[in-house]
Amino acid sequence: MIVQAFVAGIGVLGPGLAGWAETRSVLRGERPYACAPTVLPAPTLLPAAERRRTGRVVKLALAVAAQATAHAAVEPAQLRSVFSASGGDGENCHELCQSLAAPAREVSPTRFSNSVHNAPAGYWSIATGATAPSTVLCAFDGSFCAGLLEAMVQVSVDEERILLVVYDAQYPEPMRAKRPVPDAFGAALVLTPARQPSSLARLRASIGGESIERLAQPGLEALRSANPAARALPLLRRLALARSDRTVLEYLEDSSVTVQVEPCA
Amino acid sequence: MKPLVLKAFTATSCIGRGLGQTLESLHAERSGLSRCRFETADLDTHVGEVAGVDAQELPARLGRFDCRNNRLAELGLQQDGFAAAVEEAASRLGTKRVGVFLGTSTAGILQTELAYRRRDPESGALPESFDYAATHNPFSAADYVRRRLRLEGPAAVVSCACASSAKVFGAARRMIEAGLIDAALVGGIDSLCLTTLYGFHSLQLCSTSPCRPFDAARDGISIGEAAAFVLLERVGGRVCGDDVLLLGVGESNDAYHMSAPHPEGQGARRAMEAALRDAGLEPAAIDYINLHGTGTPSNDRSESQAVTGVFGALTPCSSTKGATGHTLGAAGALEAVISALALRHALVPAGVNTLHVDETLTAHYLKHRRSAPLARVLSNSFGFGGTNCSLILGRAG
Repeated sequence: MIVQAFVAGIGVLGPGLAGWAETRSVLRGERPYACAPTVLPAPTLLPAAERRRTGRVVKLALAVAAQATAHAAVEPAQLRSVFSASGGDGENCHELCQSLAAPAREVSPTRFSNSVHNAPAGYWSIATGATAPSTVLCAFDGSFCAGLLEAMVQVSVDEERILLVVYDAQYPEPMRAKRPVPDAFGAALVLTPARQPSSLARLRASIGGESIERLAQPGLEALRSANPAARALPLLRRLALARSDRTVLEYLEDSSVTVQVEPCA
Repeated sequence: MKPLVLKAFTATSCIGRGLGQTLESLHAERSGLSRCRFETADLDTHVGEVAGVDAQELPARLGRFDCRNNRLAELGLQQDGFAAAVEEAASRLGTKRVGVFLGTSTAGILQTELAYRRRDPESGALPESFDYAATHNPFSAADYVRRRLRLEGPAAVVSCACASSAKVFGAARRMIEAGLIDAALVGGIDSLCLTTLYGFHSLQLCSTSPCRPFDAARDGISIGEAAAFVLLERVGGRVCGDDVLLLGVGESNDAYHMSAPHPEGQGARRAMEAALRDAGLEPAAIDYINLHGTGTPSNDRSESQAVTGVFGALTPCSSTKGATGHTLGAAGALEAVISALALRHALVPAGVNTLHVDETLTAHYLKHRRSAPLARVLSNSFGFGGTNCSLILGRAG
């Protein structure tokens, strides 16, 4: 079975990748990929009191979500959303575990509220006033495909416009040694059920497929294989090249997702 | 939505290991809450701890998944022939055609808490034996269950705090409707850990006594733990009167506050209305509401307003959290299973522990169970981040 959706907007932020325009030229091979620390903008969408409480993944998720909705020229409050990530705010998790290992066990209430996996989705809804349903998934290294499938299924079945946001960022030590996610990478897609004048491409996805696509550029392939959200890169590359083609994306250990990309010229 | 049938279901919480004990406790209006003696927690609170979790063993091939959360999952899967029912469905439909969608909020984070106490004094490194993917990561819960039952379909954990395992019903029904799968194992698993015990304590949301939802003197939650599972399939040719159907799922966002509900329950109201629309039902068609009813002053006030706003003040409702505790990411699935038992056994569950219903709350709260035939039940689950989900279950006949 196949599910389909049209891409109306794209957001990307990662090491050496500041926005879709820049990422698009890198993925098209028009400019070299130069890895540099991810620059996360302040979450200006949030009220000042909330802004101070947010960590890296919230900033990352909000930044790519805002890029994608701006690119699609849609009002963020109108969209349902699907967020998917392998982990949450690594720094926050580390601080909580450290507090619990100390004799006093003084846990910060803000750190605890921010520890929920759906914190970025919660902040996004508060920032934009989006009251439409939002869900937050995790499938470890397969979190991108889990999010993509859920988003495309919602587009197909419920005929709703969906904002898909995937993101993952590093843990500090000692967790980093156990889960070495490099830096921060996030991507967002605005997906719609019908073709619109501004549609960039049509996606048709099915579960399964042989030979997972890897990236030829070593720096980008290293990012793809180490940051779960960056498993979106082969799909973003197909969108950047704007040619009819298909890509096979890495999903769970024993499965993959095939996506046929057809540009809307 | 097209209704789905609950082909099999089971629940394990502090009120029972499997459906038989759970039903018995509901009949007896028994609470499973007791003074907190969990691990090294030093807190004046009550918890709903499941007996025997630490003694549960995992199959040797899945040894790396060993942690309290997956032991609880294993204990849950062994009840009521549930594992066998899933294996039967997988052999009938194909292992790739059965999805796994589970809700959890903390998965096996207890393992990480323990590992942080055993850091290398010089390097600070976590112990060699700590396995991040198989215990700490939220997906570990679904990964364990999927491997345990040798399923090969799509899988994900929904982690939306305390609405997680209600929302999995939505994820599963959409994927079945899209034709990507033919059946789904849905459910929720959350187990006691210090993060939630000390975390809710830091927010001053834990009661010192067993929680009393909707009571005038309610003063917070009691944290529980549970594993609850449901096997969902399309309604085939044969349904019998005792079969329970998933009729509707409604989801919404408060867009209000990270850890407090909207004061008038606007988000909760939209979730209930969306579930009714999804099921094509009028509010009068609902015979009982299993409330989110955590026992915090603010949750119960806003939920009561939302419920009476949609249903008026006559529809009987109760929270079963006085019996089970708040099982967080497992609450949605646990309460869906309790709702299914209510439908099957003509039992309207009591709001255990509640002595004096808060008169300012207008919803029709039941302090004692009733025996009455039920055709359709709505179950509410709300979570941090302002995420809301309502499910509607009904008898097939």
